[in-house]
Amino acid sequence: MSEDAREAVGDYKAGWHDPENATIRFDYGLSEQVVRDISALKNEPEWMTEIRVKAFHHFMERPMPTWGNMHMLEEIDFDKVCYYLRSSNATEKNWEDVPEDIRNTFERLGIPEAEQKWLSGVTAQYESEAVYHSIREDLEEQGVIFLDMDSGLREYEGIVKEYFCSVVPFSDNKFSALNTAVWSGGSFIYVPSGVHVEMPVQAYFRINAKNMGQFERTLIIADEGSSIHYVEGCTAPTYSTDSLHSAVVELIAMPGAHIRYSTVQNWSANVYNLVTKRGVAHENATIEWIDGNIGSKLTMKYPAVILKGEGSHAEVISVAYSGKGQHQDAGAKIHHLASNTTSKILSKSISKNGGRGSYRGMVTVSPKAENCKVNVVCDALLLDEASRSDTYPTMEVGNSGARCEHEASVSKVSDDQLFYLMSRGHSEEEALALIVNGFFEPFTRELPMEYAVELNQLMSLEMEGSIG
Amino acid sequence: MSVTPLLKIEGLKASIDETEILKGIDLEILPGEVHAVMGRNGSGKSTTAHVLMGHPDYEVTNGNVKLDGEDLLEMESYERARAGVFLSFQYPHSVPGLQVGNFLRRSVSAINGEEAAKGPEFRNLLKEGMEQLGLDRSFLARYVNDGFSGGEKKRFEILQMMLIKPKLAILDETDSGLDIDGIRTVAQGVDAAIRGSNSGALIITHYNRILEHVKPDKIHVLIDGKIVKSGGPELANKLEERGYDWIEKEVMANE
Ligand SMILES: Nc1ncnc2c1ncn2[C@@H]1O[C@H](COP(=O)(O)OP(=O)(O)OP(=O)(O)O)[C@@H](O)[C@H]1O
Ligand SMILES: [Mg+2]
Repeated sequence: MSEDAREAVGDYKAGWHDPENATIRFDYGLSEQVVRDISALKNEPEWMTEIRVKAFHHFMERPMPTWGNMHMLEEIDFDKVCYYLRSSNATEKNWEDVPEDIRNTFERLGIPEAEQKWLSGVTAQYESEAVYHSIREDLEEQGVIFLDMDSGLREYEGIVKEYFCSVVPFSDNKFSALNTAVWSGGSFIYVPSGVHVEMPVQAYFRINAKNMGQFERTLIIADEGSSIHYVEGCTAPTYSTDSLHSAVVELIAMPGAHIRYSTVQNWSANVYNLVTKRGVAHENATIEWIDGNIGSKLTMKYPAVILKGEGSHAEVISVAYSGKGQHQDAGAKIHHLASNTTSKILSKSISKNGGRGSYRGMVTVSPKAENCKVNVVCDALLLDEASRSDTYPTMEVGNSGARCEHEASVSKVSDDQLFYLMSRGHSEEEALALIVNGFFEPFTRELPMEYAVELNQLMSLEMEGSIG
Repeated sequence: MSVTPLLKIEGLKASIDETEILKGIDLEILPGEVHAVMGRNGSGKSTTAHVLMGHPDYEVTNGNVKLDGEDLLEMESYERARAGVFLSFQYPHSVPGLQVGNFLRRSVSAINGEEAAKGPEFRNLLKEGMEQLGLDRSFLARYVNDGFSGGEKKRFEILQMMLIKPKLAILDETDSGLDIDGIRTVAQGVDAAIRGSNSGALIITHYNRILEHVKPDKIHVLIDGKIVKSGGPELANKLEERGYDWIEKEVMANE
């Protein structure tokens, strides 16, 4: 690695890149033809091509959001993005069949090891396509479907047609339109009634090429009384030019079902991460978003739950870390449409070296939804004077019987706290890492152990070299 | 043959925000000795403790401090901890989210090496310590000093001392806020750690009770940033009976 590259990569451990061995690579830029070409390449049914084209036109006409970080958003050059890149000709079921470069990359990221130890299934996406996919046989026998989204569309067209865009319409926002136009990869999951998938399934997303756009699309349907935990991780090489990650995730929790969706996003600091995640919870169902944002240049992401069925429950627990040049604009959205629904939002953000963290939250309670409970807690920790934290909470409560609690706090690391830890043999950096990891603990404890350990290490690394 | 003092403080002066708080402190603790420091509120006791531990807010303007002949003032706080200094805080700080068990393991490992924080020996020490201090197992899962009662905080400081086994233990009013059993346990802990070893302790206190248990070798009286009088255990009795006025008068008369 050159000196420059080393400098750019810094402490980011996943910043290497493989040589590009594309089997199919689209030229930069977006047009209706590009959209049609992607669809044709995938041999898609007519209706999907039509949605893509409609979404494309909506994307072109839709202005940029006028909130978040407008300045950074304006800097995105949509003509300098590669919208489709395939590096492997197939989605393999055997690890050995994955091309060597790609295999090495995922091995460095610990993916196959994790699969053996603690997962029910794995999908690994590299650029635009899933390159590896597996599910435990016993789950398959119970009727659990876990596929990459393209295979899902081929093999279960009826289900996909019914639910695709049903939770997040393409016209929801500019980036959901973009994703719908050019989507590729992502996961398709169906859990039959009453089936509990005990160990998590994992998706890992890796961008390798420069100026790449990754637009995966995920659809998870948990049928009555079933449960599943989906975990996703993501990394990319560090480049001096930007990449774009714009996913759409739709969750459907049927009556009594339980979906937990955990993310540890660690994109390199040149990736725009503009993601729409939303779930619908029917009667007595639970949807939980456990959302960690550590990397990226700009993240705008507000995992949402529509509490449609009586007695349903939503939880969004999120952390965001913003370092130098980073802005994490994250939050949550909950809509209480039915009675006796409950929601809990816990958002924690840490800003350092001039980084910026924003909490943007929206909770609504519809007038006919009786006896709802809402609890929102936002905590920010600033590590220096140059960093910034803002909260933009919105609550629209149309039913006077709702019980709503909101708490917000901004704190700083005190010298006395550092001194206390240092008096126990910890260097200043170690002491800071203990404080920071403690601050994130209410989030970390929700993660599978392996992810929790990785997150702690990641944050300790971020604290290194931070003491002047 | 002369023994190297465990702690040797000479002419120590220290300020905070340009205000001089310590105005020339001399103190020598030999291996195996326990000393006590008494003095009114605001006389500089905690400042002395903080300066010995290397709190960044204080500026040392004069003097030197040696631990086993090593220059302490040159070291950062964590290096002093690793060199063997331990401070039981008058007001321990909380670290939300950091679990007690995890913190203890990491601290012992940082100070005494990874091996010291592993295996059955460490676990037994921890178990015994917690039993002695009347701390329940569930305590290990709580967050460091977060929501602890005053007494729990003090007990936790002593638990750390027991596991870390420092060369020099500085106890800043660890007895304040402890119940009678707690004070006895602390005293036993200090005794077990110091007597008959090469370690030493500096006990800062307002009360005679803990000193009746530990029986310090020397008692020092601190007034306005200076040690104005040193003596044996009888000094503590006298202070408890008569307060500090008579010492102040004595000092003024001598000046
Ligand atoms: N940041 C500061 N700025 C100015 N003065 C300070 C500061 N910190 C401490 N002091 C002063 O230093 C003096 C010594 O304080 P110290 O805490 O050492 O007293 P102490 O002997 O431990 O008292 P106590 O018995 O109440 O614990 C006090 O007068 C205190 O007000
Ligand atoms: Mg004090």
